[in-house]
Amino acid sequence: MENRSLVTIAQHSKEKILYLLEMAQEFEKHPNRNILNGKVVATLFFEPSTRTRLSFETAANRLGARVIGFADPKVTSGTKGETLKDTIMMVSNYADIIVMRHYLEGAAQYASEVAPVPIVNAGDGANQHPSQTMLDLYSIQKTQGTLENLNIYLVGDLKYGRTVHSLITAMQHFNPFFHFIAPDELAMPEYYKMYCKKMGIRYFETKEFNAETIADADIIYMTRVQRERFTDLMEYERVKDSYLLKEDMLFRARGNMKILHPLPRVNEIEYSIDDTKFAYYFQQAHNGLFARQALICDALGITLEDIKNDKTIIS
Amino acid sequence: MKRQELQVAALENGTVIDHIPSAKVFEVINLLHLYSVEAPITIGYNLKSKKMGNKGIIKVADKFFSDEELNQLSVITPNVTLCVIRDFEVVEKKTVRMPDLLTGIVKCPNPKCITNNEPMKTRLHVLDKEQGILQCHYCNKEVKVENVKLV
Repeated sequence: MENRSLVTIAQHSKEKILYLLEMAQEFEKHPNRNILNGKVVATLFFEPSTRTRLSFETAANRLGARVIGFADPKVTSGTKGETLKDTIMMVSNYADIIVMRHYLEGAAQYASEVAPVPIVNAGDGANQHPSQTMLDLYSIQKTQGTLENLNIYLVGDLKYGRTVHSLITAMQHFNPFFHFIAPDELAMPEYYKMYCKKMGIRYFETKEFNAETIADADIIYMTRVQRERFTDLMEYERVKDSYLLKEDMLFRARGNMKILHPLPRVNEIEYSIDDTKFAYYFQQAHNGLFARQALICDALGITLEDIKNDKTIIS
Repeated sequence: MKRQELQVAALENGTVIDHIPSAKVFEVINLLHLYSVEAPITIGYNLKSKKMGNKGIIKVADKFFSDEELNQLSVITPNVTLCVIRDFEVVEKKTVRMPDLLTGIVKCPNPKCITNNEPMKTRLHVLDKEQGILQCHYCNKEVKVENVKLV
C-alpha cells in the first residue's frame, strides 16, 4: 500500500506543494463539509501543544470526521513504559489517520514506517513541523498573490527556530531572496547557509534591525527570542529588545508587506502593530485550519478533484 | 626474514581480514558477530606490519562473508584487506566499500533522536563517502563517521 503519511515538507515537489495550497483554497471557500463523514481522526499529542491540536481537531471536525486522542502524554501508557510503536499499532486499530506530535526527533518518520494508517506529523521535537510550513506558505501566497521572487525577512531566533528552517526548505522552489536578521547567538546555522548556497537561494545576513534594513521586505517573519536558549542571561537582556518590531519602524515598508509570526508572541511585535494593515499573524493562524484540512484529506487519499466535486458542502 | 603472514597459521578455506588497526580488532569481531561462529578463528593482535607498523589480523575458517556484511567494516576500518582463501590459495582480494545506507550498525549521536529511545534499528544515510558524512534517516542530524559509535 502506498504510504500517504506526511513527515516533512521536504518530501513534496513544487507541484505537490502548489496542489496542496490549491486544495487549502477550496477549504477556505467552504470549510464546513461532510467529506470525512464516517472517518475517525486520532490526535496523539505526546507533547502538549494546544494551538496545533485545536487547529487539527477543528479541521477534522469541520469536515465531518470524529476525533479521538489525547492532549497530554501523562495520561498515556508511554508513562508505563509502552513503546511508541505499540501505541501507534493500538491506535491504528481504531483510527483512519493519526495526527501526531512527539517530543523526540524522527518520531513521525518512524511512526509512518510502522503504522498501517497514514501519519500526519504535527511536530517532532526540533525536527519538522510541516503543517506550520504549509500554513506559512499559504499565508504568503494569499497575501502576495504568488510564492515566486519574494523578499522574505526572517527575524529573531534563526538558530533553534524550526519554522524558519522548514520555510527555507519549502521556498527553495520559488526563487526567494532571504534576509536573516538575528543576534550572533541565534544566527542562522552554517548548515542552512550551505544549503542555500547549494540550492542557489540568495540570502543576506545582518544583525541590524531597523526601518532601513526592512524597507524592501515583502514578508517579515518574526520569531520568538527564547530566554532558555541563552547561557548568559545578561546577553539575553541585551539582545531581546533589539529584535522587537516597533510601529515606527514601518514607515518605509512596502504597501504589500505582511508580518507573520508562528505564535505565541511574547514581546517581538509591538501591540499597536496589530491594528495596522501589515499585521497578518492572526489570519495566518486561521489559515492553518484550511492548510490542515488539505493535509488530512491528502493523507486519506482524497484528491483536489474530489474536493472540487464535493457534494457534502454545508451551506 | 620470514614473511609476516607466517606469524599466524595458514588457512585452508575461509576469509582473512588483514591490516586491521590493532585497537579495532575487537570491534571487528563484534561487528561481524564472530563470537557466534562455530568454526575455528585465529585472531592476531599487535603483529608487526611493514605497511602500518602494528596490525591485527583475523582468519575465519570455512566462512565466506557477503559483501554487505563486509562493507559494514567501512565504518570502523575502511582500509582493511580481505582475502578469500580456497585450498590454501588466495582466490579473491577485496577492499571494503562504504554502503549508501547503514542499517543497525552505528548509533545516531542525537540523544533526542527516536532511535535512541525506542527498540528499533538505526538507519544512517551516507551523504559523502570521501569525507565520511552520515545523516540519520529519522532525525536528519548529520555526523562524521569517526564520531559515531557502534550499536
